[in-house]
Amino acid sequence: MKFSVTVTLKKDVLDPQGKVVKNTLQNLGMSNLKTIRQGKYFEIELDETDLSHAKKKVDDMCKKLLANLIIEDYKVNKIE
Amino acid sequence: MKSSVIVFPGSNCDRDIAVALEKMQFKNQMVWHKETKLPKSDLIVVPGGFSYGDYLRSGAIAGKSLIINEVIKAANEGCLILGICNGFQILTETGLLKGVLLRNKNLRFINKDVNLKVSCNNSKFTNKYKKDQILKINIAHNEGNFFTNKDHLKELNDEDLIAFKYCNENGEVDTESNPNGSIENIAGIFNSKKNILGMMPHPERMIDELISNKDGINLFSSLQN
Repeated sequence: MKFSVTVTLKKDVLDPQGKVVKNTLQNLGMSNLKTIRQGKYFEIELDETDLSHAKKKVDDMCKKLLANLIIEDYKVNKIE
Repeated sequence: MKSSVIVFPGSNCDRDIAVALEKMQFKNQMVWHKETKLPKSDLIVVPGGFSYGDYLRSGAIAGKSLIINEVIKAANEGCLILGICNGFQILTETGLLKGVLLRNKNLRFINKDVNLKVSCNNSKFTNKYKKDQILKINIAHNEGNFFTNKDHLKELNDEDLIAFKYCNENGEVDTESNPNGSIENIAGIFNSKKNILGMMPHPERMIDELISNKDGINLFSSLQN
């Protein structure tokens, strides 16, 4: 079973990298840009057959290491 | 006093802090991160550097290393813990210190000597300094922008848990003298029991007139006091 995890800074936390990327895209002429938040992406493959069990494991990984919950949010998706 | 310096792959201020500790008469030992036992220590230092290449988040991987469980245990038993720069980041990742170190507001790695104000001299780490004394100490970091929630910030202020603040030459704590965007210009904090100090500046680099100044010396003599 394979999952994707996306970690991004929380809405209220300043994301200077996202801001610079947005400014640069605007400089390149990309208009109508509202916001850009930069994040991290993980693909995690598990040797599991039980979906809820697997999801719980990935959730645990996010909480314990992949995300710092003080400043970051995470989203988990099953991709395979 | 007996001290231990924890060494991670990528630590690069571990020798500097060892030199400072030895100069200040500490009996120091280096402890590799894979160790599962700590030598008996009065002080544990988590040094600066780029542990694990700053993979994932600065301090995140070191914060889950084998030896860290022992550091947490010792901290809870009242042992003095000093985290400098990456060490501060590691301590926040373990939860021993609350808050977090974000990327510098200007997105640049900053390496320069800055003015610091001693906000609290009522601690094992700072008692040899005068309150509001101005120090010149080197900073060298990419993620030193301290951030925390309102409740913790209030606790830091109410309980006198802010050790150092960035200031200008006259001791004024203002936006211009804030190098990294840190909330309220905070450069170093204590935990609620004040046996743990985390700070971004490098006192171990300021122990000899020949290479810098001696503004860092009193931190070590405070510990001996």
